[in-house]
Amino acid sequence: MSLETITTILGGLTIGAALMVVISRHPVRSVLYLVLTFFLISSNYILMNAQFLAVVNIIVYAGAIMVLFLFVLMLLNLDKDSEPKTHILVKIASVVAGGILFTVLIAALKDGIALGEAAAASAQNNEGLVQNLGQLLFSKYVLPFEVSSVLFIASMVGAVLLAKREKQVID
Amino acid sequence: MEISELIEKLALIVALFGVTLGIAAYATYFERKVAAWFQDRIGPDRAGPFGILQPLADGGKLFFKEDFIPAAAEKWLFIMGPGIAMFTALMTGSVIPWSTDLVLFGQTVALQVADINIGILFIMGFLSIGVYGIMIGGWASNNKFSLYGAIRASSQMISYELAMGICVITIVMMSGSLSLRDIVNAQHGMNWNVFYQPLAFVIFFICSLAETNRAPFDLAECESELIGGYHTEYGSMKMGFYLFAEYVSLFTSSAVISVLFFGGFNFPGMDNFDGNTLAILGIVAMFTKTFFFIFVFFWIRWTIPRFRFDQLMHLGWKSLIPISIINMLITGLVIAFNEGWFK
Repeated sequence: MSLETITTILGGLTIGAALMVVISRHPVRSVLYLVLTFFLISSNYILMNAQFLAVVNIIVYAGAIMVLFLFVLMLLNLDKDSEPKTHILVKIASVVAGGILFTVLIAALKDGIALGEAAAASAQNNEGLVQNLGQLLFSKYVLPFEVSSVLFIASMVGAVLLAKREKQVID
Repeated sequence: MEISELIEKLALIVALFGVTLGIAAYATYFERKVAAWFQDRIGPDRAGPFGILQPLADGGKLFFKEDFIPAAAEKWLFIMGPGIAMFTALMTGSVIPWSTDLVLFGQTVALQVADINIGILFIMGFLSIGVYGIMIGGWASNNKFSLYGAIRASSQMISYELAMGICVITIVMMSGSLSLRDIVNAQHGMNWNVFYQPLAFVIFFICSLAETNRAPFDLAECESELIGGYHTEYGSMKMGFYLFAEYVSLFTSSAVISVLFFGGFNFPGMDNFDGNTLAILGIVAMFTKTFFFIFVFFWIRWTIPRFRFDQLMHLGWKSLIPISIINMLITGLVIAFNEGWFK
């Protein structure tokens, strides 16, 4: 089996799992399909020789963020019956918004194909390996990398502040 | 990949699988013997001499029980839960280096299934998705006690993963690599990480207790509050899988502790040996350390009473995480000083 067949099969599975996230009616199942999608995306990363990114994707998204999603959904105990009825206008608006996003993504992908071919041509590039990624993050991309940490701190402080405020109301 | 290499890896995988399952099965027996010893009892002694056939009898009993799925349960998720728990517990063993290279029939056999350059992250990844087995099983049972157990397990595992990850970062900073083999090789002889990072070891050990859902952190299956916890509705071999997965992860986390902090297959005076002798002595050293930590896990379980849930969260978030961050900062400063950054 060649690398291309594996890529095609994995890509198809990824898209299928991502579609199931939207199609399945039960929120918990949607989240589980989303977890599956993250795993398949990670396997695509491994094919691109980006092991570090693959594992970090699993640890951060599948292992932490989706667990919290699942946590909340399990506590809410949502059913088909409790799903709110949406107005027809809202549905039309969401279809239009989704279509516009899709157009933007297509436009982005159009440029991406050329880039992807260039990347595939140098498939032996080891940029995804942890040493090279670390070198890149701390030399070329050091400013965006450090600024994003400030963003995380800000969101953490925000979460703590919200939790504190609620407590004062209870007292 | 050559066909001989494939056979070699396959043999290694089968051997590792067998050894892991065998050790997990006999860990149940030794846990009961250790408990009996601590409580001044005799323990299991009916099946075979000294009761050593007890794990087989237990396994047989679980197989012959009725495989029951509750009417209100989500059928497929209910079946998937124990499977995921077992799968994630078994996968972590594949990146652990068990010893130095063995030469068999003129071929060099690395006693490690996969030497990937992000080995420790692979283990952290499988630890973090191990919680899905418990969560899916607990939720799919459609029982409020199971759900409570699942929620407790997941919040506990997420909280303790953070402190554990920071301790791993300190070790990675010490050895400069994420590969488990490099981490072990950096601790040659008696140059073990535990002597440089005792605090990280203590925190990592506490977090391992919490990650494997062992007492005193076994609130997910706290029988005095939650009947049986997340596996209340399970019976037969599905239940057996959950219980067994706990012992498998007990074994692998003991192995990880010995690799990260106690030098893995390194032992003092290892320079006097080479070749296959060194490899075999390395296996002996590795398993001695692992079994010692399995014993410590039992020791703690039968000595310390269970925490209350708020105490658990308090310990995790307000003690272990700040201490491990400070430990990491100090380690970074010392490394920077040794590299001559302040001159």
